[in-house]
Amino acid sequence: MKVLSNKIENIVEEQLYGLQSSNSDIEVRFDPNFIIRKKSKNKTKVILISGGGSGHEPLHTGFVGYGMLDGACPGGVFSSPSPIQIFECAKKLNNGCGIIFIVKNYAGDIMNFQMATEMLSLEGIKSQHLVVDDDIATAIGAPTNQRRGIAATVIVEKIIGAAAELNYSFEECLALGKKIITGARSFGVALSACTMYTTGESNFKLEENKIELGVGIHGESGIEKVDLMPVDEITDVLITKILSDKDYKRTFNSWSFKANKWIGNSLISKKFKENDEFIILVNGLGGTPLSELYLVYRKLNEICKKKHIIIKRNLIGSYATSLDTKGFSISLIKSDDEIIKLWDKKVKTIGLNW
Amino acid sequence: MNIEVIKANHIIKWFIEAAKSMNANKEYLTQLDSDIGDADHGFNMVRGFNKVYNRTNEFLLQENLGILTKDIAMTLLSSIGGAAGPLYGSFFLEFSKKLDKKTTLNLSEFSEVFELGTIAVEHRGNATFGDKTLIDVLVPASEALKKAVKNKKTLAEGINLMAKEAELGMNATIPLIAKKGRASYLGVRSVGYKDPGAASCYFLLLALKETMTQL
Repeated sequence: MKVLSNKIENIVEEQLYGLQSSNSDIEVRFDPNFIIRKKSKNKTKVILISGGGSGHEPLHTGFVGYGMLDGACPGGVFSSPSPIQIFECAKKLNNGCGIIFIVKNYAGDIMNFQMATEMLSLEGIKSQHLVVDDDIATAIGAPTNQRRGIAATVIVEKIIGAAAELNYSFEECLALGKKIITGARSFGVALSACTMYTTGESNFKLEENKIELGVGIHGESGIEKVDLMPVDEITDVLITKILSDKDYKRTFNSWSFKANKWIGNSLISKKFKENDEFIILVNGLGGTPLSELYLVYRKLNEICKKKHIIIKRNLIGSYATSLDTKGFSISLIKSDDEIIKLWDKKVKTIGLNW
Repeated sequence: MNIEVIKANHIIKWFIEAAKSMNANKEYLTQLDSDIGDADHGFNMVRGFNKVYNRTNEFLLQENLGILTKDIAMTLLSSIGGAAGPLYGSFFLEFSKKLDKKTTLNLSEFSEVFELGTIAVEHRGNATFGDKTLIDVLVPASEALKKAVKNKKTLAEGINLMAKEAELGMNATIPLIAKKGRASYLGVRSVGYKDPGAASCYFLLLALKETMTQL
């Protein structure tokens, strides 16, 4: 398959050079690679940093700016950033008000961010994790405590970003983050797998008349292959899975500065119910045109009305992508007045701007 | 081979051998990872081990095993990426913590740091034996070393036994359901595939055996 490249090994760096020269509000550092906001006027805000593999743009590099992230650490394509990148980015941005890492729940991301947190702790710099695990798709036999972090991460970054801008304290930002994370559920579907740069081929085979349910954002297989259906039926399958997902308990690890170790607490996502209010995200995976996402939203809106699910705000577009994957995910993020107020606040980044 | 202790230059030769092996097996590791992961393990391992290889001349000046293994660990940590970076990084960082100011390692000492490294990897990955990860290679390899020490084997014999058990451990990942890492999301669909991390770990340990036989 064809991709735009000079040398595959240089894809991430060349992309960062492009980003740097296109946006004067951000600064790109190389070796180790990270992106930071140019001087924020607010000296007493909590610092927000995210990061993960490249190939999900605009997540996360495109969300650095006013009202969202202070820094982002891009790893290789679909490969998490190193602790050194995260450590250096955090040290550069540290203002003494505390650093929050927004991490998607993947083994690699968790390990690298945890190592960075431990390294920062040794230098007396306070940091903490908010782990997003919105993907309810889990296969038969898969461990149940390991939901992946996918598109809802965008919403988490926007809302905490607004809160930090309003000078919410470190603890207030973390509490708000946990509230959003436990109220977020997503489910994705792929019509075709993405082209992996490493092999030049699709990562899994999907016949012309098949779709893959429960895909994440790394070109990996999902949980079930089914026949292609009209978009209305696919939308119905996805939203039904989300609405019928039961209470979900996971262990949420926090770094104890005092005890110098990770401490796990259980955190529960309650099942969604009638008259709950939501921000809804219809997220394209990179290879699906916006026009088709509106077909999804048409049906989604209809189903939600029928089922008394209240959509307070919506976001439709490709925000957490998986290279050129054809497909989309639906995310429901439970909202309340505080969350909606923060959602509506000004944001000025490459990926979100209002 | 008649040497009874591992010195800094042996460790460097081990990493040169490992870099060769990762390059030779790049496509193979990537293939394994495309079966049950995201097709980048070969590339990541090559990136990390080439980085170490490129610093060979600088490393040759270092006789202190603590400093040498720390430099190697930090290089791997900053360049492999993904989950493999912190796992291999943690393994060798544990070596460095125990080897400060040491310039030689006999079989018993090697077995000791190897076991501590394995425990560090288990902690970092929050995984145990049987989860279909590189730990399925490290644990039997560590046991083999301990047994060799107990049975008063030579350094060469011990490392040979270690490599043999590592290979068995790698192949034993095939029928397992993945419990950790990206393959775990596939659940039962991960059965029937060799774990790419177990494979790269075997290549790393095999490189040590090859290094010692060449001496």
